[in-house]
Amino acid sequence: MAKKISQIPFKGTPEQEAELLRIIDAHAAARGELMPILQEAQDVYGYLPIEVQTIIAKRMGIPLEEVYGIVTFYTQFSLEPKGKYNIMVCLGTACYVRGAGEILERMKERLGIEAGGCTIDGKFSLEACRCIGACGLAPVLMVNEEVYGRLTVDDVDRIVAKYE
Amino acid sequence: MVNIKINGITVSVPEDSTVLEAARLANIRIPTLCYLKEINAIGSCRICVVEVKGAKTLVASCVHPVSEGMEVFTSTPEVLESRKQTLELILSDHDRRCLSCVKSNRCELQALASELGVDDEGAYDGEKTTHEIDFSTKHMYRDNNKCVVCRRCVAACDKLQSVGVLGTNDRGFVTKVGCAFDMDLDETACVSCGQCIVACPTGALSEVDNTHEIWAALADPTKHVVVQTAPSVRVTLGEEFGLPIGTNVQGRMAAALRRLGFDKVFDTDFAADLTIMEEATELLERVKHKGTLPMITSCSPGWVRFCEQFYPDMIPNLSTCKSPQQMFGAIVKSYYAEKTGISPKDIVVVSIMPCVAKKFELTRDDQAANNVPDVDISVSTRELGRMIRKAGIQFADLPDEEFDSPLGLGTGAGHIFGATGGVMEAALRTAVETLTGERLDALEFEQVRGTDGIKEASYSVAGLDVKVGIANGLGNARKLLDSVKSGEKQYHFIEIMACPGGCVNGGGQPVQFAEVRNFTDLKALRAKGLYDQDQTEELRRSHDNPDIKKLYEEYLGEPGGYKSHHLLHTSYKARNAY
Repeated sequence: MAKKISQIPFKGTPEQEAELLRIIDAHAAARGELMPILQEAQDVYGYLPIEVQTIIAKRMGIPLEEVYGIVTFYTQFSLEPKGKYNIMVCLGTACYVRGAGEILERMKERLGIEAGGCTIDGKFSLEACRCIGACGLAPVLMVNEEVYGRLTVDDVDRIVAKYE
Repeated sequence: MVNIKINGITVSVPEDSTVLEAARLANIRIPTLCYLKEINAIGSCRICVVEVKGAKTLVASCVHPVSEGMEVFTSTPEVLESRKQTLELILSDHDRRCLSCVKSNRCELQALASELGVDDEGAYDGEKTTHEIDFSTKHMYRDNNKCVVCRRCVAACDKLQSVGVLGTNDRGFVTKVGCAFDMDLDETACVSCGQCIVACPTGALSEVDNTHEIWAALADPTKHVVVQTAPSVRVTLGEEFGLPIGTNVQGRMAAALRRLGFDKVFDTDFAADLTIMEEATELLERVKHKGTLPMITSCSPGWVRFCEQFYPDMIPNLSTCKSPQQMFGAIVKSYYAEKTGISPKDIVVVSIMPCVAKKFELTRDDQAANNVPDVDISVSTRELGRMIRKAGIQFADLPDEEFDSPLGLGTGAGHIFGATGGVMEAALRTAVETLTGERLDALEFEQVRGTDGIKEASYSVAGLDVKVGIANGLGNARKLLDSVKSGEKQYHFIEIMACPGGCVNGGGQPVQFAEVRNFTDLKALRAKGLYDQDQTEELRRSHDNPDIKKLYEEYLGEPGGYKSHHLLHTSYKARNAY
């Protein structure tokens, strides 16, 4: 099976783990509390890799699959860390009708990752996002805080190269 | 009671009934797919929809409660069309290669398609999901291409067994049943009980088929192939051939195995009696010498693995006795091999088991007492059914035949191993008579019988208060063990079977459709077949088995002796639960 375990080495610190355990215990380990625990855990680590989900499952005494099933149901949770450069391709209506789908495809190809993924060197992560409020420039993408507009598929290589 | 009208007929039903249950009381069968009584009532598949007067939409009858004056219609054109359309949508993302499917003719989806008159299974064909098949374990495989995401397996794994390695991952069209991080099943804490397989309505979950190895061994003239049949198989194999649930087919089973070409047709019940000799001795030793108590049975490999993973601190409580399957193999390849002058290397031991965990058990460490595996091939009741059909044997019409000697004789105590509480009762018969030195008038220990998830009893034996506990189904085992660990309960001896109801309802048993499981007590009906047989046997105590006595006299010496320990006992190891 193609496992969904992040290839990026886990860099959690003992301080983060202590904070996570505090969060779990604060929620009294009731089953319905899994959602807020996951949200706060993601605030601590930035994402929810197997190491973090295992700590949560063990501490709560529930199966790892129960945690994973919830994490993969909600788009707000991520199995991959954010890269040094987080690229967000807008798939809002205006961008989409002006070809944002192709921009995203080219970007996936260029980086060799899926939307939601992160390159193995931790440099780039890729997200498909909803409208970022720059419809006049459609199609647009953002690299961290930088906005790039009126894109064509050919712009993708040039933008990525800038950050490599 | 409340009064409702179903299709114009007034019926009075208990007020906590669902519409599905109420209809059944009115002799109306509503088709279902995702519903599995007590563990999976989620109303998600929409096959069981009905019309309720005044309701805005069709309702799922499996979860819709009745109320006074309710009017229900179960087969209006709108209802029938809705069910059919739902099924067509399910089929649009289903691997429809039914001809070669292990479940063909025994598939709930196929039966529904026939019943609802699906005449174009490709009506909604479009994008399809494709999945790699998970062949990672020794006991089963998962083929998500055949999965309808009904979640019955998920409920069995989580709610019945409290193992929870299967769940639903992702969302929307790509929602699938899988393990955490899409890991292979053998990378998880799966205990290999197979309860998910018997819960599955389609061919998505199935045992690893080992029958080809048996066919090859039977065709090999250099091999001496002996077969053993577990206690419960004699009361379930008949279901593979349409016989009523609980029919005891021991004689026909022996006849069928002989016709398949096995050189010797033996009985695991013999080894069950042997297990009792060893286990009762071990228990008395532990009591006498203040060993670790409570002692817990170790016949059920799904339970043993559960213990190793989730209760590693209780490994010292596990009886060191091998399971009857493994004891049998060890005796065949030592005692029997010496007696017949056949080299253990040329003997193939096949076991017919109600269980898929047995496929894993025979590969465990410390299960090869004679430097060859104790057991070579283990197949489920279902696989034996397939072999008999393939060989063209007219099972129902076979004459009753006897098992071969000397490893074919089991007592009534051996038979009841197949039902929850049976090992306990068999052990009590022997332990009590050993302790008191007197013959019991009544051999029935009623308190340990029945299909309750947790049972307990205490007996006063020769001035000793003996407390026993029994759990069947791993969810119940967890509850029982937690109560022991917290100090709330104290027992001397505990019997645990991984499967609810014990081996009669094992993961390797014939699969009954949900509608049978929902409306009949499968476990009790099958168990009754075993208790009835015990009642009619002249020999009902393991220590009365003349062939067991002979085995100890001629070969093993004393129960719990040096040779026994070498051949019949084993060891365990802690395993990771995450």
